[in-house]
Amino acid sequence: MKIIGLIAVFLCGCLLVYGASDFPGWGDPSSPASTHVSPYYIETTMEFTHVPNIVTSVLADYRGYDTMYETTVIFGAGIACFLLLRVVKKKDPVSRLYRHKATGITLRIKKGGKIPDKSNAFERIDSEWVPYDLIIQISCRLLVPLIQIFALYVIAHGHYSPGGGFQGGVILAASIILIAISYDLRSALKIMSERASAFLSAIGVFIYAGTGALCLLLGANFLDYAALDSLLGSGMVMARSHGILIVEIGVGIAVMAVMICLYYNLSSEGKQDEGL
Amino acid sequence: MEDVISFVISKYNYWCYIVLLMIGLYAMIVKNNLVKKIIGMNIFQTAIILFYVSISVKKEGTLPTIIIDPVTGTHTARAADYINPLPHVLMLTAIVVSVATLGIALALAIKIYKEYDTLEEDEIFAQIRKK
Repeated sequence: MKIIGLIAVFLCGCLLVYGASDFPGWGDPSSPASTHVSPYYIETTMEFTHVPNIVTSVLADYRGYDTMYETTVIFGAGIACFLLLRVVKKKDPVSRLYRHKATGITLRIKKGGKIPDKSNAFERIDSEWVPYDLIIQISCRLLVPLIQIFALYVIAHGHYSPGGGFQGGVILAASIILIAISYDLRSALKIMSERASAFLSAIGVFIYAGTGALCLLLGANFLDYAALDSLLGSGMVMARSHGILIVEIGVGIAVMAVMICLYYNLSSEGKQDEGL
Repeated sequence: MEDVISFVISKYNYWCYIVLLMIGLYAMIVKNNLVKKIIGMNIFQTAIILFYVSISVKKEGTLPTIIIDPVTGTHTARAADYINPLPHVLMLTAIVVSVATLGIALALAIKIYKEYDTLEEDEIFAQIRKK
């Protein structure tokens, strides 16, 4: 098997090298990829959308359909992961660990045993528990707001600098996942519940598709943000710019929620009880 | 001889992507462990992303963000001044798809591990044949 695989890969590589001999050289300005449709995007982006970052304007306006279905793909991935892994029926674990905060004594409560009340004296800990590291916890908690502010900046500033909904959404998700890693999964679930993550991922897709449908209702084509002018009253060009921002916010919400949903399900094998 | 060297140097981006693509393909075909296959798939996708981004480069072109003159507030959008934005857009979405496929693949791997207690392909096949 190894030999056959090696030969197949080698043949494929030879074919690609042969094909690469016809490709344009490194940094060739007159290569076919850069001569047909992309000059149009570069030259008209300011005139049509007033968005200096061409990547953003192409992503959300010129190729809006593509990005809408991309967001739907993300949403579908989150749903698929949920349906594959989530254990809906709650099975009682064999034993649970509770730690008395004041003394540090850990109780192991066997199946069917009496679980301590929800008081502040005891805290639930993972069965594969490593002692909390105070430095890591405090520094992660201090980092989280900074990460979130940076994520909002990346989403909001996608018009003028590299950034946008996808990148900002992933950074937002990273802040919640950092909580889940440095504390435990249940602390992250307290901040953002599974219900909220599922709801927000649907909301994000809805904002995107809803903006398109709103344009349709206002008498223009689907996802033609110029129609939003009659609501925003800022001119056709600026209406496209604002439409792109609305859509990017939707993408950011959807990406954040789906990333968190994927993490919750993958790290705890769908039980969402004890995890990384 | 000089022709060969200049040919190799002028297209080095393609050699990088071909090598990465071969590594990924080899891992997907030959490796026995499912997680290694998933990693191979990710390397494969990264190779394609590298290929697309590298063909967007233009010599003496800058980032695809229109530079606005701070004094006059005007701008000149000449296509030769900016690198091609289209591959960047396409690859932005491809990265997203790769994350989605990675999530699904890992979920399936977890499912398979729960069912068969192993991620080695030959052991899984042996268990399936026994049934």
